[in-house]
Parts: sequence; C-alpha cells; structure tokens
Amino acid sequence: MLSTHLRRLESESIHIFREVVASFSNPVMLYSVGKDSSVMLHLARKAFYPARPPFPFLHVDTTWKFKDMIDFRDKIAHQFQLDLLVYRNPDGLRDNINPFDHGSDMHTHVWKTLGLRNALDHYRFDAAFGGARRDEEQSRAKERIFSFRTSQHAWDPKRQRPEMWKTYNTRVGENETIRVFPLSNWTELDVWQYILAEKIAVVPLYFAAKRPVVERDGTLIMVDDDRMRLKPGEQVEEKMVRFRTLGCYPLTGAIESRAFDLQDIILEMLVSRTSERQHRLIDKDEGGSLERKKREGYF
Amino acid sequence: MSDRDAILSKETGKSLLRFMTCGSVDDGKSTLIGRLLFDTSLILEDQLATLQRDSAKYGTTDGDIDFALLVDGLEAEREQGITIDVAYRFFSTLRRKYIVADAPGHEEYTRNMATAASTADLAVILVDSRRGILPQTRRHAYIASLLGVRHIVLAVNKIDLVDYDQSRFNDIVNTFRQFARNLSFSSICSIPISARYGENVATESNLTPWYGGPSLLQHLESVEVEVDRVNKPFRMPVQLVTRPNPNFRGFAGEIAAGKVEIGDQIVVASSGQISRVAQIVTMGGNLVRADAGQAVTLVLEGEIDVSRGCVLSDLHDRPKLADQFQAKVVWFDTSPLIPGRSYILRTEVQETAAAVTALKYQINVESFAHEASKVLRMNEVGVCNISTQQPITFDPYSENRSTGNFILIDRMTNATSGAGMIDFPLRRADNVHWQSLAVNKKARAALKGQRPVVLWFTGLSGSGKSTIANALEKMLLSKGKHTYMIDGDNIRHGLNRDLGFTVEDRVENVRRTAEVARLFIDAGLIVLVCLISPFRSERRVARSLFDEGEFIEIFIDTPLDVCSQRDPKGLYKRAFAGDIANFTGVSSPYEPPEHPDLHIYTVENEPLELARSIEDYVLRMGHD
Repeated sequence: MLSTHLRRLESESIHIFREVVASFSNPVMLYSVGKDSSVMLHLARKAFYPARPPFPFLHVDTTWKFKDMIDFRDKIAHQFQLDLLVYRNPDGLRDNINPFDHGSDMHTHVWKTLGLRNALDHYRFDAAFGGARRDEEQSRAKERIFSFRTSQHAWDPKRQRPEMWKTYNTRVGENETIRVFPLSNWTELDVWQYILAEKIAVVPLYFAAKRPVVERDGTLIMVDDDRMRLKPGEQVEEKMVRFRTLGCYPLTGAIESRAFDLQDIILEMLVSRTSERQHRLIDKDEGGSLERKKREGYF
Repeated sequence: MSDRDAILSKETGKSLLRFMTCGSVDDGKSTLIGRLLFDTSLILEDQLATLQRDSAKYGTTDGDIDFALLVDGLEAEREQGITIDVAYRFFSTLRRKYIVADAPGHEEYTRNMATAASTADLAVILVDSRRGILPQTRRHAYIASLLGVRHIVLAVNKIDLVDYDQSRFNDIVNTFRQFARNLSFSSICSIPISARYGENVATESNLTPWYGGPSLLQHLESVEVEVDRVNKPFRMPVQLVTRPNPNFRGFAGEIAAGKVEIGDQIVVASSGQISRVAQIVTMGGNLVRADAGQAVTLVLEGEIDVSRGCVLSDLHDRPKLADQFQAKVVWFDTSPLIPGRSYILRTEVQETAAAVTALKYQINVESFAHEASKVLRMNEVGVCNISTQQPITFDPYSENRSTGNFILIDRMTNATSGAGMIDFPLRRADNVHWQSLAVNKKARAALKGQRPVVLWFTGLSGSGKSTIANALEKMLLSKGKHTYMIDGDNIRHGLNRDLGFTVEDRVENVRRTAEVARLFIDAGLIVLVCLISPFRSERRVARSLFDEGEFIEIFIDTPLDVCSQRDPKGLYKRAFAGDIANFTGVSSPYEPPEHPDLHIYTVENEPLELARSIEDYVLRMGHD
C-alpha cells in the first residue's frame, strides 16, 4: 500500500510521461540501469498500460559499467520486451578512453557527456527522459521538470521557462530539445520506499555482499574485472559492501554495509549521515562542478 | 511487530505538504530553509563539510555556518549573494514529507514567485522584524492569494535583533492582517522566529514567553490544507488515447476533481456526447472507483469520439465551454503583452491560438488598486478578456486550479510569456453565434468571375508599396476584376484616426485593417492592402483571419538607405532629426518576412514591371 505522499509523486510522474508522449514526435528514455531508471521504467509501464511504453530506451554505455549492471539491463530488456538501444561513443572506442589513463573528468566527458550528445543527434530524439532528482545536488534543485536545451544541447540557467502548475510548455524550435525529469520531486528515500512498495527489481549491487575491493583515497573501489589497475601497496580485500549509486566501476565508491534487503536499505538511509553523491568521484572538488557539467550537456 | 517493521510502517503513513517561502532580500529565507533542513537532520556529513568550506569562501556570517549557502545553488547567485531562481528542497518529519519551493524575493523575479505558488498548498511569508511590512510583503501576499494559496504563515524573522519585543511583533501582525482581509486566505498563522538561532523554528523558544502558539515546524506538521477535491464534480482532462490493439481504446488522464465509478454516466464537455464508464484500467488491476489525483485509463461504452484535449465530466455539473472569457494574467516576458497580438494558449491538455481582446485594467500588486493600462509588462498582473480560436473547456480557477489555468506562449520564441487564471466565460461567447447566410463569399465571387484574395504589401515607408499597388489595381481593373485598395495612410485619417505609432497602437492598426480586408474578401473582392505592418506576429494574425490561399504576403524589399534617399514625404529627414518618434526603420524595428509569398526587389526595377509580375501571379492562381 502506497503512502499518500508516494501516490502523489507517482501520479505526477505518470502525468509527465503522458504529456511528453502526446506532445513530442520522437521521445526516448535514458536508461542507466540504476535504481532511478528502474523506477522510471516502472512508472512508464504504468503510464501507458495496457500498451507498452511507446518509446525506445537508450543506454549510453561507457564500456566500464559493472558487469552486473549489463546482465541486469539485458534481462530487464528481455522481460519487458523493451526497444533497447545501446550507444558507445565511437570516439571513446577509437581512442580507448578509460579512467586510468585519462582521468575521471576526461573519461566522463567523452563517454557520457559527448556520448549522450552524439546519441541524441544520431537518433534525432526531440525529448529525453532522465532520472535526475532535485534532491541530488544544489544546481539540480533549480532544474525544471521540462528542461529546455538549445540546438547545441546547452543548458542556460537564466533562460529556463517558468513552470506553472502541471501545464507544461512543450513547444521547441527546430533542433531544440527538451530533457524531462519525471522524478524531479522524488528523494532518494522516496525511490527506495517506492521500490519496496511496488516490488521493483534492482541491480543486486545495491545489496550488501562480500565483494573484492581496494581502498583508494578513502573510497572503496570494487575490482570488477582484470582491467582494474592497482597502485603500489594497494591490496584487494573481500569486504561486505554495497553501492548507493551505480556508474563506472572504477569511479564508484562502495560503502561497508549489512543491508541485505530493501527494508535494510531503507533503515540504513533513515540513519545515514552522508548523501549518495558523495560516492561519485566526479562531483567532488567545488560545489559548482555539476552545474558546469550540465551546461556542457551532461545529464 | 519488530522494531524494524514499526519504523517502516510509520513511513507509509506520511502525507505530503508542498509549501513555498517568500520574502524580500535579506529577510532570511534561505537561512530559514537551511535551518529547517539542519534541525530535521537533513544536512548530511559531506554536505556539512562542503558548507563549512563554502561559508569561509562566500559566507556573510563571520565564520559561523551560513545556512543560506545550502540553498543558494547556482554559481552566479552564490557570488552575488542572491537567489535568482526557484529552488526545490525536501525534508521530512515523523508525520509528513515536505517539498519546499524557495521563491526569490527580488521584485523583478515575481515570475518565480508565481511559479512556486502555482503548486503550493501553503506560503511562508518572511518579514524582517526591524523593517516590518514592506511593499514587497504585500506583493508576496497578493501573488500567493492570486495563485490560489489559501494558507499563510507570517514568519516574523530576526526577532532576536529587536530583543524579542512583543509589541513590535503585534504591530507587524496587525498591519498584515489588515490588508490581508482583502485577499482570499482561509488561515493565517503568525510566528515570531529567529532563523539564524533556530528560535521557534523546530521547537518552541524560551525567549518569547509571551507567544503561546506553535513553532513553525509544529504548525507545518499539523495544518490541514487538503482541499476536498473528491466531493467536487468529476473532471478528467484526457492526455492521450491508448490503443495497444484494435480491441482496446482507453482514455488516459489524471482525475482533476471528483471521483468516478464503473457505470457512471459522463459527458464529453466539448461535444456534448454522453457515455458510461465501462472499465477503470491501471497496471495494478482494474478498479471499481477512482478519485481525484489518481492517474487512470478509462474505457467508455459504445463508439464515442474522444481525443487529447477533451475533458470527461460530470453529466449534471459540466465545466464551461467558451472561446471568450475573463482571466487574470501574470506576465513574465521582457516583451510586453499587447492586446490584439496572437499567442498560443495552453491549458493542461488543450492548445489553441488566442489573443487578449481587452486589457480591462492592471492590478497594482502593492496597493491592490486597479489602474488603466494599454500593455502588460514583465511582472505585472492584469485582468483581461481573452478570445481563443477554438473553444476551451475550463472551470473558474477559484473552483479548480487544474482546469482553470493556462499559459501563454510566444509564437516566435516559444517562451512561456505569461500565465492566466480564468474567472468566468463572457456571455458574448454563449449568445453571439455566427449567422449562416445563404448568399456567401463563394456566390459573390462567382458573380464577379474571380477568386477573392488579399494582397498584403509590407515594407518600409517609401519602399514603393503604394506606387506598385496603384499600378497593379489599374491593370486588374482593365481586365474586369473587382478590386479595392486599403492604404495605411488613408485609413489612419478615418477608421484608425484614434491610433498613434506606439507598438500597441501599431498592433491595433494592423488588426483593424485586416478585419476590414476580411469583410471585402467576404464581398468577393480582390483587396490590396498597403501597410508598413512591421511586426511578423501581427502579419501572422492577419493571415490567420483568412482561408488557406486567400492571403498573399508581398514583401516590397527596398534597402533603408534607398528609402531614405527617395523620402517621398520628407519623413525620413524628420525622423533622423529626431522629430518623429517610433519611425519604422529608424527608431522602431521592421521585422522582414521570413517566407513571403512574393519577394519583390525594387532596386533597378520599374514599378510597372513589378506590378505586372504580381498580376501574373494573381491571375495564374485562379486557374491552378
């Protein structure tokens, strides 16, 4: 049984999905395999039931995702008969861009920011659903639900349209696009409570298990395959860990945890003293760094 | 039940409260929200570390933690120390989850306040105890009321800086209550607080013994804001039609008001078609009944014509259906709202062309006085009569915020230029129906053996519009065609004698001229209009009055330097000398047509030759 709070959030998100499908000619959902994507997929299925979601699902792959994520993605795509598109930026493949030789900034820029831009241009999508939430980071707190992008995919915080009620301005000019965030008003806790209440499947990496990790700069990095390069003195240890957020494995920190099921995760969150983005290495340095990435077209 | 289940079951009982905070610069809004997040333990360790680092860099609190930095997100505003956009924050207590819309206090950002208010159940209005009620406070209260926020908390902040003085607090509260009597609030709760020190924020303060009311958080936890949407007449705006296979046709939408049960009779408001609810479909299983706020898909009995934009409604209490209505409009755009100009009007699910037919008055949002006005500028509020191309289905905004709102979109830039709240349909719309006459345009034109068209000559003053049109009219006459010429200068001597050359008067000038041309077209004539008509949007409105193929836009393209050399009426000379204000091409813009039907270059071409080329085009049209 959903709380009134989650029911309101659910209705709001369903309404958003339907508005986009009714107003745009070529929408796509960005499917990043994480918990937010799992919730979005579930909401999209609800919005159009008994029809299937009338748009493709795009995974912008970096070739450095956890193996478990890829397995999960393919299983879900098969189960729900999704039209799944996997895009790997050809420039990244050609130059063999990776977090070890090129650093996290370059790696993220080529595979994710440019990868996404190229993919959107390649398929000529005019609207893209993303799973960003306003509680994640300061500049996202000011993001619109329908976020307008210029033909260069740029986000100009001063040119965002006022967003009134649930009456969305879906008009765009030629080559302009909209990014749509149906989970804008959800918090991390809401997402987990909804996953619990609706019995939504998520990648097993969210649950605690013994996993091989190395400690690096105070963060636990999982050794997901033999491409992981160890620095002198680093030791691979088996630890009981889980992930609060999922990305490229060398750039995603694990936390030590004994949360083995959804209830455990929610209880852990209720007493948690750190935010989920702390475990993403790309947001560190100064507070405005995510905002800068967004202006360049990062999600 | 285990501890773990007990905690989790408490979580599922939570309700949601959406509120906004508003206040002037330095009233301490961001500090208050930062304080609420801190006191409800929503500031996490890593965020606290960032905050301490940022406080040293940008802070204004002499090394103390500056809570405002938690909420002032964008780099630009951090450096300027102001909040420039609505930010949404989230926190929760044992009873409720909260979504806070933080609306900036600057006068020029009224649009952000309206944005925040549109989805808020309650508004916290901050006042600095030392400065008391400011004009901006009245503005904030007015906009909250205008957007339908019914519950107010008056947070009298910085009470520490007036030594927790009771009489100061009472003065401020009395002043507020006095003017708020004219606004439509159903509850006002006034609380003396210090956001910086947390007095009366989460818990009751010991320093205000004279105050017997709740702390801010206690009030937010207990205030009843749920509007009884379920006991209102049923409304469901249809977002889309779901047809996964030939046997299923469902109408998807969110119930905006009331409830619906299987077997209920409903009416499609725009067509009057009546049907019954056969199924209420959701992925979790079919329902017997659904209430306001639920997103569902309805299957109706029989073959019934329903598409996006229809509003499925209570048979006995229907929404209004009109193409003319009165509404309050808030303007957001730097380019002002001009009566007569065409915009896209969008309700939750309908989209149609619309124009303001009359700006009845502007409302001064600080004195609440009605003031005459010809245009509505950014951040102004006005009461307007609006006319739409297609009738729209709505309820008065005071009865239903979902079905009573709309936005206005600029046709050129696609910007959201304004937002409106509908008051009531205009009786005219109900009573005046088009007379269907037996003798019509087609019959009149057939008698003359011609196809009626309007040839719309646009271009700078002195570009040669009248010269070419005069020559053309003579040619057409000699071929036995029935014509009429409307010259911009001439019409300003009679019909449009009352209009000047400001932007709004130019818009009206074009509108009237186009309407007259329409009557002549109806009479079966070939109409030649010579009018500078400098703005694309007005030419587009003019075009929209005519049927497909009836309106020929002819761009008489002469460079400005050539026009000013020709200067047949000596006007450029005076304009360059500054004697004529708003002169097109000199002190007022000319927007050349992007896709004219005919593009006529006059330089090095004889007017007679040009007229002949237009004649060819016109005569050929009739035989295609």
